[in-house]
Amino acid sequence: MKRKMRRFHQARWDEPIIFELSHPGERGLLVPEVEEEIQKEVGDIVSRIPQALLREEPPNLPEMAQPRVYQHYLRLSQENLGRDLNIDVGQGTCTMKYNPPINERFVTNPKVADLHPLQPEDMVQGVLEVIYKLDLFLREISGMDRFTFQPGGGSHAIYTMACMVRAYFEEKGEFESRDEIITTLFSHPSDAAAPRVKGYKVVMIYPDEEGFPDIEALKEAVSERTAALFITNPEDTGLFNPRIREFTDIVHEVGGLCCYDQANANGIIGITRAKEAGFDMCFFNLHKTFASPHGCGGPGAGALGVTRELARFLPVPLASFDEENGRYFWDWEVEKTIGKVKDFYGVIPAVVRAYAWIMSLGEEGIREVAKVAVLNNNYLMRAILRRVRGVEVPFLLEKHRLEQVRYSWERLAKETGLSTTDIQRRAMGGSRADDVGAHRVVFQGRTR
Amino acid sequence: MGERKKVHPYIPNSVPEVQEEMLRAIGVEDVEELYALVPEELRYSGSLNLPEPCPDEVSLDRHMQEILKKNTSTREVLSFLGGGCWAHYVPAICDVINQRSEFLTAYAGEPYEDHGRFQALFEYASMIAELVEMDVVSVPTYDGSQAAATALRMASRITERDVVLIPRNLNPDRRSIIRNYCHPDIHVVEVKFDLETGALDLGDLGKKLSRKVAAVYFENPSYLGTLETRGAEISRLAHSVGALSVVGVDPISLGILAPPPRYGADVVCGELQPLGVHMYFGGGRGGFVATPDEERFVAEYPLRLFGIAPTVDGAWGFGDVAWERTSFAQRENAKEFVGTMAALWGITAGVYLALLGPHGIQELGELIMYRAAYAAKRLGELPGIRCPRFAAPHFKEFVVDFSKTGHTVDEIFAELKEKKILGGINLSRSFPELGESALVCVTEVHTKEDIDRLVGALKDVLGGA
Repeated sequence: MKRKMRRFHQARWDEPIIFELSHPGERGLLVPEVEEEIQKEVGDIVSRIPQALLREEPPNLPEMAQPRVYQHYLRLSQENLGRDLNIDVGQGTCTMKYNPPINERFVTNPKVADLHPLQPEDMVQGVLEVIYKLDLFLREISGMDRFTFQPGGGSHAIYTMACMVRAYFEEKGEFESRDEIITTLFSHPSDAAAPRVKGYKVVMIYPDEEGFPDIEALKEAVSERTAALFITNPEDTGLFNPRIREFTDIVHEVGGLCCYDQANANGIIGITRAKEAGFDMCFFNLHKTFASPHGCGGPGAGALGVTRELARFLPVPLASFDEENGRYFWDWEVEKTIGKVKDFYGVIPAVVRAYAWIMSLGEEGIREVAKVAVLNNNYLMRAILRRVRGVEVPFLLEKHRLEQVRYSWERLAKETGLSTTDIQRRAMGGSRADDVGAHRVVFQGRTR
Repeated sequence: MGERKKVHPYIPNSVPEVQEEMLRAIGVEDVEELYALVPEELRYSGSLNLPEPCPDEVSLDRHMQEILKKNTSTREVLSFLGGGCWAHYVPAICDVINQRSEFLTAYAGEPYEDHGRFQALFEYASMIAELVEMDVVSVPTYDGSQAAATALRMASRITERDVVLIPRNLNPDRRSIIRNYCHPDIHVVEVKFDLETGALDLGDLGKKLSRKVAAVYFENPSYLGTLETRGAEISRLAHSVGALSVVGVDPISLGILAPPPRYGADVVCGELQPLGVHMYFGGGRGGFVATPDEERFVAEYPLRLFGIAPTVDGAWGFGDVAWERTSFAQRENAKEFVGTMAALWGITAGVYLALLGPHGIQELGELIMYRAAYAAKRLGELPGIRCPRFAAPHFKEFVVDFSKTGHTVDEIFAELKEKKILGGINLSRSFPELGESALVCVTEVHTKEDIDRLVGALKDVLGGA
């Protein structure tokens, strides 16, 4: 017997704005009282603050008993789906994957959560070991020679790469003459936006008929003005660019650097690496490929790896190991460091989770992750094409994708008037069909 | 028993029979065929030199606990470390809410599926807005330093000028982050501070102000813990040359201290960590930027802004404000960039402020100020110690000058550490002009007994040497 599908998808609460829940006089948390002896000892401290610096009225925050606050936020949480409750297909540049709850046990442990970043190193050997070893793991997975975990997300890692490109050419005295960054239309918008912050002009390579970035256009674009190429592979078409090594060679021939946006590397970990493709730098989003949860939009971490030649530009400090004394330490002696891009050392909880995730999987498991991601994606694509009317997959339909697909609802929209947004709304209870395989910007001007 | 492929618990669809069925549906025989576009020479054939894994959870838990036990948390000692990452009490509900799967594991959903995230972040922004008395507050950026750096870039665009002034008594990390972020378009110039009061040197400020200056940035409290009592004068000087006044705050101080617009701030920014976020070895951070609700400010935010509007059926709806501003839409024409930043800590900060309420945040500010003042006073009574180093009101941190004790900070702190006390941050390398000095942080987690213990231990250390 075919069972009827329940219509229930998500809790819907008629939940007021938090200020409407205020009940004057109520308290959600009490503050310890100032000890009498302290008061006696220091006198009326508040009166010694200049009047102009004192707050006249308490801030207009809601006044709520604790159960009200708790209930309010529990209800708001229920009005969110989150990956755990949902098959979150995600957006093209972003892997959504299982976030193992065991990892939360590690990061909420006071031995991670309540560590101060400036504690003496001998008190934090455990966390330094995790940071150092994750660096070693990612060196294996990428072929790069040194990682920093300072960037707070993928866009921040792109920005940090641009800082390093800039430092590299400043050292060579070529910054003035090399003022162009090349990127591609189907790479993440931040590959174009973040280098602009470092003063670069952005040259955009458009896709060719097969959906790959146009190699002829690249050949024309490169010159002695080229500082670097910022590129994703696969781009959000999901098609691995088989000529990527030619791309990096073309850029190297004119003296430029090659920077690989591997925010989402889920389909290729253990399969193919940045090094062999000729890149000088790459980054992984620990909150994507390495199972740290997304937190509604951060905190994440962009783990940025570079070749030996570029390691001297990395942000400080770098987690290091003193083999002689068997101790981990922060190395601040990075010769040409760009300095800092983030407070302290980056998003440590994401680092701990990524370490634990790799330790759970090992080499074989990591390759299995990639293969199953690719298997799932191609299975889904064929199923959608077979079963959903009006859906198209532009570019090389006969080729297999890696971990993402750029779908087009253009024909569907023409035939039915239904757009990406409609599909997204309808699909929200099950999966994010939010233009699967592409950020919504890509669809602007096409279906909406 | 025959050899059976190991399936990992994190990976559905790794059972061989299931995979075969899926492969058939795709029309290929082997997963390898799906990688046909990856050329042979790019296929990594080597092995990954990774340790033997712990595929079962028992072993993984054991492995991780063995490593983590090498750490000593600040809960196991008496710590007075601060300097931008502070030990404040984290209410239980903050932890529970940010560990909820629905918030913890959600991505960048739209209001249709992630309504709760939009409302929670809208409310966070509204409560921060009340705290700082501004009308527009961003969705969190990476950290307080990034917030300051972005605020300065915004000021540069608004004024169309390319010099920003920052105080010399800034957290050295923050100085480096700002310099990095402003380079190469914006010149960052340091303004001296008064070595007696810790306040900004207004004479030096006057010399460095010009019609090229986009913004004067200062902090309240400063990195060295002093309160800037002449904020109105600094803002007036900035405005006199057409520059903006940008103020970095510690939001937990604003129950008791005046919100910066009261002394002329045009832009307020700060770090969210004090508001219910654990320190996480410096990894629990989020920054906010706040401005008036005027187009010249709003149009210059690179960050996401969440707003409220009635829906067609009369409910409240939430969504992006002027999303077209952001790099998601503008790409290379964008003003800076946006991406995954620190949303979860914004939600957490909202929970924290709702729990504290107007009176809680005020009482907390007072409590911290009393305890810090008590600690400073008691430490200042010890022979050879100058404390507080600066003649100024303080909030939760203050500088202790050990120069006349005949000992270095390193020596003193090493001995305190033996007594399971972390005395503070050694400033002798980052601020050599202060001699053998340290930054000490006291918050609501420190009782009078804790402070007395520090004083007693220090007395022993200095007396015994």
